[in-house]
Amino acid sequence: MARVVVNVALKPEILDPQGRAVQGALGRLGLTGVSDVRQGKQFIIDLEGELEGDRAELMEKLAGELLSNPVIEDFALTVEN
Amino acid sequence: MSARIGVVTFPGSLDDADAARAIRIAGATPVALWHGDANLHDVDAVVLPGGFSYGDYLRCGAIAKFAPVMSLIIEKAQVGLPVLGICNGFQILCESHLLPGALTRNDHQHFICVDQKLQIESTETLWTSDFVPGQQIVIPLKNGEGGYVASEATLDELFSENRVVATYVGNNPNGSYRNVAGISNKAGNVVGLMPHPEHAVEALTGPTTDGIPFFTSILKSLVGAT
Repeated sequence: MARVVVNVALKPEILDPQGRAVQGALGRLGLTGVSDVRQGKQFIIDLEGELEGDRAELMEKLAGELLSNPVIEDFALTVEN
Repeated sequence: MSARIGVVTFPGSLDDADAARAIRIAGATPVALWHGDANLHDVDAVVLPGGFSYGDYLRCGAIAKFAPVMSLIIEKAQVGLPVLGICNGFQILCESHLLPGALTRNDHQHFICVDQKLQIESTETLWTSDFVPGQQIVIPLKNGEGGYVASEATLDELFSENRVVATYVGNNPNGSYRNVAGISNKAGNVVGLMPHPEHAVEALTGPTTDGIPFFTSILKSLVGAT
Protein backbone atom coordinates (compact mmCIF):
# COMPACT_ATOMS: atom_id res chain seq x y z
CA MET A 1 0.00 0.00 0.00
CA ALA A 2 1.20 3.50 -0.80
CA ARG A 3 0.34 6.73 0.93
CA VAL A 4 0.61 9.95 -1.05
CA VAL A 5 0.67 13.24 0.82
CA VAL A 6 0.10 16.40 -1.21
CA ASN A 7 0.57 19.76 0.48
CA VAL A 8 -0.94 22.74 -1.32
CA ALA A 9 -0.20 26.37 -0.47
CA LEU A 10 -0.97 29.70 -2.07
CA LYS A 11 2.00 31.12 -3.95
CA PRO A 12 3.95 33.63 -1.85
CA GLU A 13 2.79 36.59 -3.95
CA ILE A 14 -0.92 35.76 -3.53
CA LEU A 15 -2.64 37.44 -0.58
CA ASP A 16 -3.84 34.90 2.00
CA PRO A 17 -6.67 36.54 3.99
CA GLN A 18 -7.28 33.37 6.04
CA GLY A 19 -3.62 33.17 7.04
CA ARG A 20 -3.72 36.83 7.99
CA ALA A 21 -6.80 36.29 10.17
CA VAL A 22 -5.09 33.34 11.89
CA GLN A 23 -2.00 35.49 12.43
CA GLY A 24 -4.16 38.09 14.16
CA ALA A 25 -5.80 35.45 16.35
CA LEU A 26 -2.46 33.96 17.39
CA GLY A 27 -1.29 37.40 18.47
CA ARG A 28 -4.49 38.08 20.40
CA LEU A 29 -4.06 34.75 22.22
CA GLY A 30 -0.64 35.76 23.44
CA LEU A 31 1.75 34.22 20.92
CA THR A 32 4.38 36.88 20.36
CA GLY A 33 6.59 37.38 17.36
CA VAL A 34 4.35 35.84 14.68
CA SER A 35 5.80 37.37 11.52
CA ASP A 36 3.62 35.50 9.00
CA VAL A 37 1.00 32.73 8.68
CA ARG A 38 0.07 30.99 5.46
CA GLN A 39 -2.85 28.56 5.44
CA GLY A 40 -2.72 25.57 3.09
CA LYS A 41 -4.36 22.23 2.43
CA GLN A 42 -3.16 18.68 2.85
CA PHE A 43 -4.45 15.68 0.91
CA ILE A 44 -3.69 12.20 2.26
CA ILE A 45 -4.33 9.62 -0.43
CA ASP A 46 -4.11 5.91 0.30
CA LEU A 47 -3.56 3.66 -2.68
CA GLU A 48 -3.58 -0.09 -3.17
CA GLY A 49 -0.18 -1.40 -4.23
CA GLU A 50 2.95 0.58 -4.93
CA LEU A 51 2.79 3.92 -6.71
CA GLU A 52 5.06 3.69 -9.74
CA GLY A 53 5.22 4.06 -13.51
CA ASP A 54 2.17 5.52 -15.30
CA ARG A 55 0.17 5.71 -12.10
CA ALA A 56 2.87 7.81 -10.41
CA GLU A 57 2.94 10.13 -13.43
CA LEU A 58 -0.86 10.50 -13.38
CA MET A 59 -0.80 11.21 -9.63
CA GLU A 60 1.75 13.98 -10.14
CA LYS A 61 -0.29 15.41 -13.05
CA LEU A 62 -3.53 15.40 -11.05
CA ALA A 63 -1.82 17.08 -8.11
CA GLY A 64 -1.15 19.97 -10.49
CA GLU A 65 -4.48 19.95 -12.34
CA LEU A 66 -7.09 18.95 -9.77
CA LEU A 67 -5.65 19.22 -6.26
CA SER A 68 -4.03 22.59 -6.92
CA ASN A 69 -4.52 25.51 -9.29
CA PRO A 70 -1.12 26.36 -10.82
CA VAL A 71 -2.20 29.98 -11.32
CA ILE A 72 -2.29 30.68 -7.59
CA GLU A 73 -0.96 27.61 -5.78
CA ASP A 74 2.16 25.46 -5.41
CA PHE A 75 2.08 21.82 -4.37
CA ALA A 76 4.55 19.41 -2.84
CA LEU A 77 3.98 15.68 -3.21
CA THR A 78 5.58 12.92 -1.15
CA VAL A 79 5.06 9.19 -1.47
CA GLU A 80 5.47 6.57 1.21
CA ASN A 81 5.48 3.19 -0.53
CA MET B 1 -36.63 31.36 -34.41
CA SER B 2 -34.96 33.15 -31.56
CA ALA B 3 -31.42 32.39 -30.45
CA ARG B 4 -30.99 29.45 -28.08
CA ILE B 5 -28.87 30.26 -25.05
CA GLY B 6 -27.96 27.40 -22.75
CA VAL B 7 -27.80 27.78 -18.96
CA VAL B 8 -25.83 25.06 -17.19
CA THR B 9 -27.11 23.72 -13.89
CA PHE B 10 -24.45 22.09 -11.73
CA PRO B 11 -25.23 20.54 -8.35
CA GLY B 12 -25.17 23.66 -6.17
CA SER B 13 -25.94 26.23 -8.88
CA LEU B 14 -28.21 28.99 -7.54
CA ASP B 15 -28.76 31.57 -10.23
CA ASP B 16 -29.65 29.37 -13.18
CA ALA B 17 -33.35 30.32 -12.99
CA ASP B 18 -32.56 34.04 -12.93
CA ALA B 19 -30.12 33.65 -15.83
CA ALA B 20 -32.81 31.87 -17.85
CA ARG B 21 -35.28 34.63 -17.00
CA ALA B 22 -32.82 37.34 -18.10
CA ILE B 23 -32.32 35.50 -21.39
CA ARG B 24 -36.09 35.34 -21.88
CA ILE B 25 -36.51 39.04 -21.09
CA ALA B 26 -33.81 39.88 -23.64
CA GLY B 27 -35.81 38.00 -26.27
CA ALA B 28 -33.86 34.74 -26.61
CA THR B 29 -34.84 31.17 -25.73
CA PRO B 30 -33.18 29.76 -22.59
CA VAL B 31 -32.19 26.11 -22.83
CA ALA B 32 -31.53 24.15 -19.64
CA LEU B 33 -28.23 22.24 -19.76
CA TRP B 34 -27.39 19.67 -17.08
CA HIS B 35 -23.84 19.21 -15.82
CA GLY B 36 -23.93 15.57 -16.91
CA ASP B 37 -25.11 16.32 -20.47
CA ALA B 38 -23.06 14.79 -23.24
CA ASN B 39 -24.31 17.28 -25.84
CA LEU B 40 -25.07 20.99 -25.98
CA HIS B 41 -28.57 20.68 -27.53
CA ASP B 42 -27.72 23.03 -30.43
CA VAL B 43 -27.34 26.13 -28.28
CA ASP B 44 -25.86 29.26 -29.83
CA ALA B 45 -24.29 30.51 -26.58
CA VAL B 46 -23.89 29.40 -22.97
CA VAL B 47 -24.26 31.08 -19.58
CA LEU B 48 -22.49 29.53 -16.59
CA PRO B 49 -24.54 30.83 -13.66
CA GLY B 50 -23.63 31.78 -10.11
CA GLY B 51 -23.86 29.56 -7.09
CA PHE B 52 -21.71 26.99 -5.36
CA SER B 53 -21.12 24.23 -7.89
CA TYR B 54 -20.22 20.97 -6.15
CA GLY B 55 -20.38 22.84 -2.84
CA ASP B 56 -17.29 24.89 -3.75
CA TYR B 57 -15.33 21.85 -2.51
CA LEU B 58 -11.59 21.87 -3.24
CA ARG B 59 -11.67 25.33 -4.87
CA CYS B 60 -14.58 27.29 -6.35
CA GLY B 61 -15.20 25.90 -9.84
CA ALA B 62 -12.42 23.29 -9.61
CA ILE B 63 -14.66 20.24 -9.83
CA ALA B 64 -17.15 21.81 -12.26
CA LYS B 65 -14.43 22.10 -14.88
CA PHE B 66 -14.36 18.29 -15.13
CA ALA B 67 -18.16 17.96 -15.62
CA PRO B 68 -19.09 16.23 -18.91
CA VAL B 69 -20.92 19.31 -20.23
CA MET B 70 -17.89 21.49 -19.44
CA SER B 71 -15.52 19.46 -21.61
CA LEU B 72 -17.84 20.22 -24.56
CA ILE B 73 -18.13 23.89 -23.62
CA ILE B 74 -14.35 24.30 -23.21
CA GLU B 75 -13.76 22.72 -26.61
CA LYS B 76 -16.40 24.87 -28.37
CA ALA B 77 -15.44 28.07 -26.55
CA GLN B 78 -11.93 27.74 -27.93
CA VAL B 79 -13.38 27.93 -31.43
CA GLY B 80 -15.84 30.76 -30.85
CA LEU B 81 -18.87 29.59 -28.84
CA PRO B 82 -19.98 32.63 -26.80
CA VAL B 83 -19.79 31.89 -23.06
CA LEU B 84 -20.66 34.20 -20.17
CA GLY B 85 -19.60 33.07 -16.71
CA ILE B 86 -21.17 34.94 -13.82
CA CYS B 87 -19.69 34.71 -10.31
CA ASN B 88 -19.20 30.94 -9.84
CA GLY B 89 -19.30 30.75 -13.64
CA PHE B 90 -16.36 33.18 -13.77
CA GLN B 91 -14.53 30.98 -11.27
CA ILE B 92 -15.21 27.94 -13.48
CA LEU B 93 -13.89 29.76 -16.58
CA CYS B 94 -10.66 30.63 -14.73
CA GLU B 95 -10.25 27.09 -13.41
CA SER B 96 -10.84 25.84 -16.96
CA HIS B 97 -8.09 28.20 -18.21
CA LEU B 98 -10.48 29.78 -20.72
CA LEU B 99 -9.71 33.01 -18.85
CA PRO B 100 -6.44 33.92 -17.13
CA GLY B 101 -5.98 34.49 -13.42
CA ALA B 102 -8.04 33.18 -10.52
CA LEU B 103 -10.60 34.27 -7.94
CA THR B 104 -9.63 34.09 -4.30
CA ARG B 105 -11.20 34.79 -0.93
CA ASN B 106 -12.30 38.41 -0.40
CA ASP B 107 -9.42 40.29 1.23
CA HIS B 108 -11.67 41.32 4.17
CA GLN B 109 -12.80 37.68 4.72
CA HIS B 110 -16.52 38.50 4.72
CA PHE B 111 -19.19 37.44 2.28
CA ILE B 112 -20.56 40.57 0.62
CA CYS B 113 -23.97 41.28 -0.91
CA VAL B 114 -24.35 44.82 -2.23
CA ASP B 115 -25.60 46.82 -5.18
CA GLN B 116 -22.28 47.61 -6.82
CA LYS B 117 -21.34 50.42 -9.17
CA LEU B 118 -19.26 49.29 -12.15
CA GLN B 119 -17.70 50.94 -15.15
CA ILE B 120 -17.96 49.13 -18.47
CA GLU B 121 -14.43 49.26 -19.88
CA SER B 122 -14.74 47.19 -23.04
CA THR B 123 -17.66 47.04 -25.43
CA GLU B 124 -15.68 44.92 -27.87
CA THR B 125 -16.91 41.58 -26.51
CA LEU B 126 -19.94 39.66 -27.72
CA TRP B 127 -21.55 40.20 -24.31
CA THR B 128 -21.00 43.96 -23.86
CA SER B 129 -21.49 45.50 -27.31
CA ASP B 130 -24.79 47.13 -26.28
CA PHE B 131 -23.03 49.29 -23.69
CA VAL B 132 -21.18 52.56 -24.27
CA PRO B 133 -17.48 52.57 -23.28
CA GLY B 134 -17.14 54.19 -19.86
CA GLN B 135 -20.82 53.66 -19.02
CA GLN B 136 -21.47 53.28 -15.31
CA ILE B 137 -24.02 50.74 -14.11
CA VAL B 138 -25.27 49.35 -10.78
CA ILE B 139 -25.92 45.62 -10.43
CA PRO B 140 -25.83 43.21 -7.47
CA LEU B 141 -22.55 41.72 -6.29
CA LYS B 142 -22.55 38.78 -3.90
CA ASN B 143 -19.51 36.64 -3.25
CA GLY B 144 -17.14 35.21 -0.70
CA GLU B 145 -14.34 34.44 -3.11
CA GLY B 146 -14.46 37.24 -5.65
CA GLY B 147 -11.01 38.72 -5.39
CA TYR B 148 -9.55 38.65 -8.90
CA VAL B 149 -5.83 37.85 -8.89
CA ALA B 150 -3.34 37.49 -11.74
CA SER B 151 0.32 38.20 -12.32
CA GLU B 152 1.37 41.78 -13.06
CA ALA B 153 2.25 40.71 -16.61
CA THR B 154 -1.20 39.19 -17.13
CA LEU B 155 -2.92 42.29 -15.74
CA ASP B 156 -0.84 44.54 -18.02
CA GLU B 157 -1.80 42.37 -20.99
CA LEU B 158 -5.51 42.40 -20.08
CA PHE B 159 -5.55 46.19 -19.85
CA SER B 160 -3.45 46.82 -22.94
CA GLU B 161 -5.55 44.42 -25.05
CA ASN B 162 -8.81 46.00 -23.84
CA ARG B 163 -9.86 42.71 -22.25
CA VAL B 164 -10.92 44.20 -18.92
CA VAL B 165 -14.68 44.21 -19.40
CA ALA B 166 -15.69 46.02 -16.20
CA THR B 167 -14.07 47.57 -13.13
CA TYR B 168 -15.40 48.39 -9.67
CA VAL B 169 -16.14 52.08 -9.11
CA GLY B 170 -15.98 53.92 -5.81
CA ASN B 171 -14.75 51.08 -3.66
CA ASN B 172 -13.01 47.79 -4.21
CA PRO B 173 -15.47 45.34 -2.65
CA ASN B 174 -13.34 42.19 -2.56
CA GLY B 175 -9.68 43.04 -3.01
CA SER B 176 -9.60 42.38 -6.76
CA TYR B 177 -6.30 43.44 -8.30
CA ARG B 178 -6.65 46.77 -10.13
CA ASN B 179 -10.44 46.81 -9.41
CA VAL B 180 -11.09 44.16 -12.06
CA ALA B 181 -14.71 43.00 -12.02
CA GLY B 182 -14.76 41.14 -15.33
CA ILE B 183 -12.50 40.10 -18.20
CA SER B 184 -12.68 38.47 -21.62
CA ASN B 185 -10.55 36.10 -23.63
CA LYS B 186 -8.57 37.39 -26.62
CA ALA B 187 -11.36 36.66 -29.12
CA GLY B 188 -14.03 38.36 -26.98
CA ASN B 189 -16.45 35.41 -27.05
CA VAL B 190 -15.71 34.30 -23.47
CA VAL B 191 -16.49 36.75 -20.68
CA GLY B 192 -16.27 36.27 -16.93
CA LEU B 193 -17.98 38.67 -14.55
CA MET B 194 -18.09 38.59 -10.75
CA PRO B 195 -21.22 40.82 -10.32
CA HIS B 196 -24.65 39.58 -11.37
CA PRO B 197 -26.35 41.21 -14.38
CA GLU B 198 -29.07 38.53 -14.33
CA HIS B 199 -30.37 39.95 -11.04
CA ALA B 200 -30.82 43.41 -12.57
CA VAL B 201 -33.25 42.89 -15.42
CA GLU B 202 -36.60 43.93 -13.91
CA ALA B 203 -37.54 46.97 -11.84
CA LEU B 204 -39.57 44.78 -9.46
CA THR B 205 -36.73 42.52 -8.39
CA GLY B 206 -33.49 44.34 -9.16
CA PRO B 207 -31.89 47.60 -8.09
CA THR B 208 -31.82 48.64 -11.77
CA THR B 209 -32.30 47.09 -15.18
CA ASP B 210 -28.64 47.73 -16.02
CA GLY B 211 -27.97 44.01 -16.50
CA ILE B 212 -30.12 43.67 -19.62
CA PRO B 213 -27.51 44.86 -22.18
CA PHE B 214 -25.29 41.84 -21.41
CA PHE B 215 -28.06 39.62 -22.73
CA THR B 216 -29.23 41.84 -25.61
CA SER B 217 -25.60 42.21 -26.75
CA ILE B 218 -25.21 38.50 -27.31
CA LEU B 219 -28.62 38.26 -28.92
CA LYS B 220 -27.70 40.93 -31.48
CA SER B 221 -24.37 39.32 -32.30
CA LEU B 222 -26.07 35.94 -32.77
CA VAL B 223 -28.81 37.37 -34.96
CA GLY B 224 -26.21 39.29 -36.94
CA ALA B 225 -24.21 36.11 -37.44
CA THR B 226 -27.07 34.03 -38.86
